[in-house]
Amino acid sequence: MTTLVAALRNVVGALTLCALALAAQPAAAQQPTSVDPTKSAVSEEQLLQQFKAIQGKSRIPDAKSYTLEQPAGQNWRHFHEVTLRWIGAIAILGSLLVLVVFYLARGMVRIEGGRSGHVIVRFNAFERFVHWMTASCFVILALSGLNITFGRSLLLPLITPEAFTAWSEWAKYAHNYLSFPFTLGVILIFLIWIAGNIPNRVDVEWLKRGGGLVGHDHPPAERFNGGQKMVYWIVVLGGGAAVVSGYVLIFPFYGTTVATMQEAEMVHGIVAMLFIAAMLAHIYIGTIGMEGAFEAMGTGTVDLNWAREHHALWLEEQSRQGAADPRAQPSAIPGD
Amino acid sequence: MARMKFLCDADRCIECNACVTACKNEHEVPWGINRRRVVTINDGKPGERSVSMACMHCTDAPCQAVCPVNAFYTTADGVVLHSKDICIGCGYCFYACPFGAPQYPRVGNFGSRGKMDKCTFCAGGPEPDGSAAEYEKYGANRLAEGKLPLCAEMCSTKSLLAGDGEIIAQIYKERVAKRGYGSGAWGWKTAYRETISS
Repeated sequence: MTTLVAALRNVVGALTLCALALAAQPAAAQQPTSVDPTKSAVSEEQLLQQFKAIQGKSRIPDAKSYTLEQPAGQNWRHFHEVTLRWIGAIAILGSLLVLVVFYLARGMVRIEGGRSGHVIVRFNAFERFVHWMTASCFVILALSGLNITFGRSLLLPLITPEAFTAWSEWAKYAHNYLSFPFTLGVILIFLIWIAGNIPNRVDVEWLKRGGGLVGHDHPPAERFNGGQKMVYWIVVLGGGAAVVSGYVLIFPFYGTTVATMQEAEMVHGIVAMLFIAAMLAHIYIGTIGMEGAFEAMGTGTVDLNWAREHHALWLEEQSRQGAADPRAQPSAIPGD
Repeated sequence: MARMKFLCDADRCIECNACVTACKNEHEVPWGINRRRVVTINDGKPGERSVSMACMHCTDAPCQAVCPVNAFYTTADGVVLHSKDICIGCGYCFYACPFGAPQYPRVGNFGSRGKMDKCTFCAGGPEPDGSAAEYEKYGANRLAEGKLPLCAEMCSTKSLLAGDGEIIAQIYKERVAKRGYGSGAWGWKTAYRETISS
């Protein structure tokens, strides 16, 4: 009897299980075949659309490692490899071309009255020291900087990779350390010549008459003419921008990120290329472009006739102060 | 020829950092430099995700393009390597790299970073394969021994895959098909200009 009951219980139990299983089947078929446990997690595409870089955390005590991806590096690469090279090539070669054409067309701007043989002090020793400190730093900074942008294409094919690396490493250190005397020079230039470099109506007239570069016109100018004032402000503002963006790069990660440094490098590169192009013109007019100009920064004195032709108002002011004898004429010089 | 790539299956990464440790140990990487790292996005929040990242050995690598001294070269296997003898430590590769791979021994004030260091796909550098000089500068050259990068080889969840791009992409595709989801190959679009469609 008990065995029969037990057997019946087993049969009923088995049937119930089967019924339950059958009833459960449609429900199981509706269940997804798999679950995405990371469904709510962020996706790369969504993050890159939302932010410039994908940021997270890592167990490494180096905040730089927290950036997973920064596709902006590709944009910077394009700037550095394409845009900056074009800007540099056009600005610098363009400037050289204009100067060559101008030299061939105009030649050296002569002292029309000839040399008087009498001189007047134009730049004192301190001014010349500041100029040449800044200028010599600038030349090295420019060459070492151009090496970073163009050296691989222009210089590396000519020498061994080891020699190019040795030169580039020295150039890099020179670039970094000479930035300090250059900065000092820019600050001193700003201070010692600011008085003579505020643009005024004389400059407008000077510029209108083409600065005397074309033809034989000599528009009056004070101590600094319109062109020199432009050079002054290019040095002060361009030098200032180059200096600030440069220090961002010299001291990496002091409150800056990769993005800041990419931007700083872009500013630095563009400003530097335009600066070099402008300085070529400055060097030209201070040397082979104009008779009697170099000695202003060389010996510090200029011929009175040069001063009369190029800086008439300055000479008048100087003679009022008794710094020079404006009556000196070329004819007054024996043997002339 | 194989085209070597990394692929991090982020759905599998459990942020154990074993890849980071394995890399440091295998190559005796100096203090302060981590050739591989695990970045966790939304750490501790819903939607958290971890991705193991190192040099991706990009196609048309940005570091190689911007290097002013041409220190980089891409091997026949598509591995991007560099010469520490040529590197001047200018930092440009770090600006250009989308993955923050290049690192330097020092912070680098006044350009004193030192020679750049990065993941070599366990393939050493320009020195003879397996030489002491190569090991000292770049670490082990497992590829020359017929082995794959150690980070991926010992990944406990096989999240990190390293090897021929087509093969690891196929493994990933099969995984995604089988489990029914996948967040995609992180960094592939940026590094290789391709995605793995599943």
